[in-house]
Amino acid sequence: MAQMLDRNLHIRSIDAYIDPLLPRERAIITHGHADHARPGHSKVLATPDTIAIMQTRYGPDCAGSFQPVGFGEPVRIDETTITLYPAGHILGSAQVLIEQGGLRVVVTGDYKRLPDRTAQPFELVECDLLVTEATFGLPVFQHPDPADEIGRLLKSLADHPARAHVIGAYALGKAQRVIALLREAGYDRPIYLHGAMIRLCALYEERGIPLGPLRYATEADKAELAGAVVIAPPSALKDRWSRRLPDPVLAMASGWMSVKQRARQRGVELPLVISDHVDWPELTQTIADCRAETVWVTHGREDALVYYCRQMGLAAEPLNIQGYEDEGEEE
Amino acid sequence: MKRFAQLLETLALTPSRNRKIEALAEYFATTPDPDRGYALAVLTGALSFAHIKPARLKEVVLAEVDPHLFALSYDYVGDLGETIALIWPHTGGTRALPALSDLIELLNTTAKSDVAALITELLTSAAINERWALVKLATGGLRIGISERLAKTALAEMSGIDLKEIEEIWHGIKMPYGALFSWLEGKSPKPDIHHTARFHPLMLSNPIDEERDFDLLDPADFAAEWKWDGIRVQLILGAGEVSLFSRTGEDIGAAFPDVTGSVFGRGVLDGELLVGHALVPAPFNALQQRLNRKTATERLMAEHPGFIRVYDMLFDGDADIRALPWSERRQRLEHFFASGAQTRLDLSETIPFADWAQLGAIRRRGADENGHEGVMIKLRSAPYVPGRPKGNWYKWKRDPNLVDAVLMYAQRGHGKRSSYYSDFTFGAWRGTELVPIGKAYFGFTDAELRQLDKWVRTHTIQSFGPVREVEKSLVFEVAFDSAQLSTRHKSGVALRFPRINRIRWDKPAGEAAQLAEVEALIPAT
Repeated sequence: MAQMLDRNLHIRSIDAYIDPLLPRERAIITHGHADHARPGHSKVLATPDTIAIMQTRYGPDCAGSFQPVGFGEPVRIDETTITLYPAGHILGSAQVLIEQGGLRVVVTGDYKRLPDRTAQPFELVECDLLVTEATFGLPVFQHPDPADEIGRLLKSLADHPARAHVIGAYALGKAQRVIALLREAGYDRPIYLHGAMIRLCALYEERGIPLGPLRYATEADKAELAGAVVIAPPSALKDRWSRRLPDPVLAMASGWMSVKQRARQRGVELPLVISDHVDWPELTQTIADCRAETVWVTHGREDALVYYCRQMGLAAEPLNIQGYEDEGEEE
Repeated sequence: MKRFAQLLETLALTPSRNRKIEALAEYFATTPDPDRGYALAVLTGALSFAHIKPARLKEVVLAEVDPHLFALSYDYVGDLGETIALIWPHTGGTRALPALSDLIELLNTTAKSDVAALITELLTSAAINERWALVKLATGGLRIGISERLAKTALAEMSGIDLKEIEEIWHGIKMPYGALFSWLEGKSPKPDIHHTARFHPLMLSNPIDEERDFDLLDPADFAAEWKWDGIRVQLILGAGEVSLFSRTGEDIGAAFPDVTGSVFGRGVLDGELLVGHALVPAPFNALQQRLNRKTATERLMAEHPGFIRVYDMLFDGDADIRALPWSERRQRLEHFFASGAQTRLDLSETIPFADWAQLGAIRRRGADENGHEGVMIKLRSAPYVPGRPKGNWYKWKRDPNLVDAVLMYAQRGHGKRSSYYSDFTFGAWRGTELVPIGKAYFGFTDAELRQLDKWVRTHTIQSFGPVREVEKSLVFEVAFDSAQLSTRHKSGVALRFPRINRIRWDKPAGEAAQLAEVEALIPAT
């Protein structure tokens, strides 16, 4: 199988790279996060949503040409067939199935299996080689029900009605998911956004995901923000931007927040364990369900998952792809 | 248990000290006895369980979780209690967790052989946050950024009673602190505690600021003594009973029966616990062999006899003399020694000096020739005030030794620094080989910590479990108080109190120190 796909996720027969960091002639992009989707490739194959996200973030001409491919539509190039399946991570996120001479390889990209109104639901694809992410590849990661986490946020809002609740969340994916979860819980007040969120929230709405009343936080006066929900990128939590909010409660929506020491290090008072990645039980479940005999592990805590796979009698290797965030803190 | 778990979580995650105090005061004011008393005991570290130790808890978990996966997880999370709470693979047990006091009763009364089953059941029954609180409770080490003092401050806040008054009786009262809460709520008088039954909080010193302080201080107002390299203790000589407390009020008498069994007289003394024959102090690592033990063997006591070098007196007989100036307390202390020859107590001599320059010279000579840690400077007119009052006692430590050493291994830190590579082993050259000479995990800023963490990640050449071996190319200027011979390290030397003074990003590793330079600093004994 290493003939089909090398360890840099390069599909040899068609000279295409999956999520390359350097500009390439042909790139297959799993989803729009910056550590997977880079500008400057000649030809990009991706889902229509992912292409729209890339064009929103990097400009309409951020690649030489785009080939939009819907979920489940096989694309044949010479002897190789590429099919994208939903990964459930964010809007448009895909797993890549590569078929060649009867062998099936799946590269998951980032994925999760919990229902999420803002992403097409994960589909399991059986394969011979599974290349899986391992962002939360340790058995300490057992994500709680996100509805309960939103319940904790609503309780804190009720307990501290004069304090703004500023939630650190990545501008693409996590922010929209948190908004959607709040709406599902019946929260219908306006939600205030940091400037970095505006364009992407508008894009989600254009693509058919309603998010309810949204406001620009910097245009609201202080009294209006007391007791309000404000969503900002994690980097804005600690800087001047959040200091002008009324007595803010710093919250963070991330799978890392299950580790309290992590939350403390970052000064997070209200950690919300809301993740767009599979947790350990889902990871191991996926490995069993897809019936792969070989597993390559990337993006995160490779050691533990490789060890686990070998204990289960599977062939497993870490990929250590250069250039990705070492701790995988970006979601 | 639910409320207590919530309180612990709030305390762990609330950065503001005032909000922590508010949360504590609210909990104490609204929680019934004896739950709040037990909570207070947990928060102040006064509670421990005979049969439940971290190692025992780990065993219980390792029966359910693969040991290698557990080790990787612990390395990542950096906190044993939190690792256990997060990794526990079962949920939905047979019953809700009992109230805090019932839970403690249960943990205390369960036979050793049944403890594992009990813990398994409790962990499975608990919700995730309760599981975390339960493990914290059972293992004692909370690590949530709350001190005993903060808990007492909350009690003062809740009752309007002065913190000093609470500290005064603290070491004489017992959990679940019914009498304390009753007094705080104005329902009964202040608990009456005899001085011989309790520890009295110590008076502490501030480091001298050589640039600023000496110009403002008149040497005639001060007395000087050597700074002894042992551990600070309080010796209480009561009627028929003798107690020995560490500086935090922990009763360590049982580990030093050679001392407590040979002293006589009445009063409360403040001094330095040391070991050595004929009242001559041995290096600190000799004392270390007798610390953190519940008892002492005959052999250890013969090899390293303990004694106390006394420098202050809080009670003379039954009289509280803490309000008297140092000079008068000193006279009484000298009188105490004149009244009978003690074999395990001696008086810390004062050092005569005329001016600060002369004392500086004495301090340097003492450091070079006798390995003294430095000198203490005490205001003659100062009363004995618990805490760290400004302008009364100063410590003037010897200038640290410095050595340029090469970073060899790194490990992730724990607690606040979990997940950062922050424990560093460094070495000196023996010919062309580097040999480890010590370990340090502080001395750098948070910004430097992040830089070091990144450096370690990008310069790892191999890993042994949680330990990363790095390229031998980064030099630390390490400061340390003294060097001693050691059989435990390959290099044969051990550094006392090493810390990273500077990171020498600029210095080539080849120019770091030779082992011989460090060996030359070991005082001849």
